[in-house]
Amino acid sequence: MPPANAGNQPIPESPALHVRAMADLRFIRETMESVSSFSAFSGWGLILIGVVATACGLLAARQPTRPRWLMAWVAAAAVSAVIGALSTARKTRTARQPLIPGPASKFALSLAPAVVSGALLTGALERAERFDLLPGMWLLLYGAGLVAAGAWSVRVVPVIGTTFMVLGAAGLLVPPAWSNWLLIAGFGGLHVAFGVIVGRKHGG
Amino acid sequence: MPRVPAPRSAGGRGAARGSASLDNLIHHRIRLGIVSALAAAESLTFNEIKALLETTDGNLSVHARKLEEAEYVTCTKTFDGRRPRTEYRLTPVGRRELTRYLTHMEALIQATRDTLRR
Repeated sequence: MPPANAGNQPIPESPALHVRAMADLRFIRETMESVSSFSAFSGWGLILIGVVATACGLLAARQPTRPRWLMAWVAAAAVSAVIGALSTARKTRTARQPLIPGPASKFALSLAPAVVSGALLTGALERAERFDLLPGMWLLLYGAGLVAAGAWSVRVVPVIGTTFMVLGAAGLLVPPAWSNWLLIAGFGGLHVAFGVIVGRKHGG
Repeated sequence: MPRVPAPRSAGGRGAARGSASLDNLIHHRIRLGIVSALAAAESLTFNEIKALLETTDGNLSVHARKLEEAEYVTCTKTFDGRRPRTEYRLTPVGRRELTRYLTHMEALIQATRDTLRR
């Protein structure tokens, strides 16, 4: 949520001073929040997650059975979680500790319920052999988690989360043969796009 | 127009100018952005602030220089390999002036609320 489209012009005197004061306070808060989230995300980490997801998705598409397809995606999720944690930690360390603590942990705590729910539902649907529902459910829950976690992060996060949710809704409607490509588009393509935006606008 | 307590003067060269010039120094959106950003981080580089505020090199230089002259921020120039690296930090004077500015804005909003209640 880069706030801070500061513009180049001095602000003209406003007839309603309290309106200007409120805008100033909002601007200060958003700028400070941006600095914190600025430090937390790694654009390169997100791009790497997207590349791993794309590779695993292509590998999953070649698997002969649905359980093996599921294993490929579970492996992608595990590797991505490690990349996300390490790249975030590295960037936070490089950028030094911000004075406003905790945006990264707030982000993780907001995302966690959706991720844990996704893991539990994956187990339940696997036992029920409803593999066809997994791609839509994963994309929907991950998107919902990003929308919730986006409250603590840059503005692009809830936008990306909403896009994941749209893909998830599509995943529940399209024929099962298409759903692996939706996963690649989401966990691969959207992460790469997200990483490029974060890398360019939020310090690498 | 609601009455709002004027911000007090503070120590330091910049602050010694008193409340009349406070608006000129911090009230400007770019300078307010620089000071706010530095209040949330130990230090930020020129390029980080530029990306954050979505402004140009020239514009940021001019406003950062004004804050530096007023001793609200300090500027350190080093080299990262062969590349020059300009790093800014908020001084205690700058932090105090930002706090005063926030207090002033909050008082202004409160005064307006009080007026509306009457």
